[in-house]
Amino acid sequence: MRRELLIKTSLAIVVALIAVLGGIDLYRHRHFQVPIVCGPGVTKVEKLSVHVPGLEGSLADTQVFTLEGKEPGGKVIMLGSSHANEPAGTLASIIVIENAVVDQGTVIVIPYFNHSGSCATRPGDGYPLYFDVPTDWGGKRFRMGNRDAAPLEAWPDPDVYIHYPERQLLSYIDVRNVNRTWPGRPNGPLMERVTRGAMEIMRRQKVDLAIDLHGAETMFPVTNCIVAPEKSMRIATLASLTVKAMEGFESHVESSPTGFRGLSHREIGDHSDTLPFLLEAPIPFLDQPTGPKTEQLLLDGKDPFLLSLSRKKKLFVPYDETGWPLDKRVGQHLSVTLEILRQFSKKTPDRPIRLLGVPRYGEVVKNGVGRYFHDPAAAPSGSVVLN
Amino acid sequence: MNLVMIAYYALSAYLVVILGWNFVREKKKADDALLYLLVLLPLLLRLLRIK
Repeated sequence: MRRELLIKTSLAIVVALIAVLGGIDLYRHRHFQVPIVCGPGVTKVEKLSVHVPGLEGSLADTQVFTLEGKEPGGKVIMLGSSHANEPAGTLASIIVIENAVVDQGTVIVIPYFNHSGSCATRPGDGYPLYFDVPTDWGGKRFRMGNRDAAPLEAWPDPDVYIHYPERQLLSYIDVRNVNRTWPGRPNGPLMERVTRGAMEIMRRQKVDLAIDLHGAETMFPVTNCIVAPEKSMRIATLASLTVKAMEGFESHVESSPTGFRGLSHREIGDHSDTLPFLLEAPIPFLDQPTGPKTEQLLLDGKDPFLLSLSRKKKLFVPYDETGWPLDKRVGQHLSVTLEILRQFSKKTPDRPIRLLGVPRYGEVVKNGVGRYFHDPAAAPSGSVVLN
Repeated sequence: MNLVMIAYYALSAYLVVILGWNFVREKKKADDALLYLLVLLPLLLRLLRIK
């Protein structure tokens, strides 16, 4: 009897210790805040829950930065981290927040659109919890998140996710995928509330353009591209052709399917007057046949297995020993975004959007992403927002 | 908290009681007792709402 009690107590202590020691890192990651220095263009910072009260107090609530121009014009909303394991979009968004000055029009930026997903990790895939981007003043640390919202926030998952309002049956996991829950409901599942918040901003503020920044595997056909519905196609095509001709990188155009519901590039256009664009930059880290999912692979995108597959022509993007580094991915997002704004401004001269201070592809590749982040410790008081 | 959520919490509580009881009753096999604890852990965390 005493021996049995001893064994059981020991087992309980060992299991509790493993749980606590394993949980500390995850707890810290969940509560780690990324400091964002508000640049000269930022005129307002508010929470997304201002637009959809159902988000208040939840981990999915996130910061919304507004950069209002000196002169009126068109409006654009940029969404980073719809999938929080595709971080180039967040980095591009933060570069805009920290550096842009808006000459005409308004830019609204949500760098952590799926904030809940950015506070979780991918079970079983051995993702790093953080990654550090080298800057002139040291390393800037970011959370590495998961594609879907944290299961702890949206528990329990349904057996099947029934999309609103089309009632298309989607995988159960898509209830936590913010790029399957557009246009959302104010009191729906958590991710529907997030998309509804963005829809409210777009409808109330009459936003002209929505740019959703993503990353996709090199083995996935919809990569290195702009996904656009019919109404955005002209601007997307002109932007694609221009960046290829002027800046020398590929970002082809893919048509948004009409029968696949819940995606930003489909639902935003169908449920508002906003023109949606979804930008995909290749991210080798997400490919399945790679080596370990290390921070280095995330940053430089170099992997020997992908290189071998590239030689066998199994990838959808050109891939060599230089990999597909973060600088290149962020630079692509920034240049394509700026080009979309330029094409829109040319097409609708009464609603121009003109940004200054945002680097383009060539500059980001040459100088590195870190050059464009500002030191929070040296920033004026009150200008640092934690997200 | 909606009805489905209440049902899931009730299910978790039921399983926690069953697993806990099995753990207490297990006399001979230490590996079975360990398995009961491991299965119990996520249910307990969910029930106590520890994130």
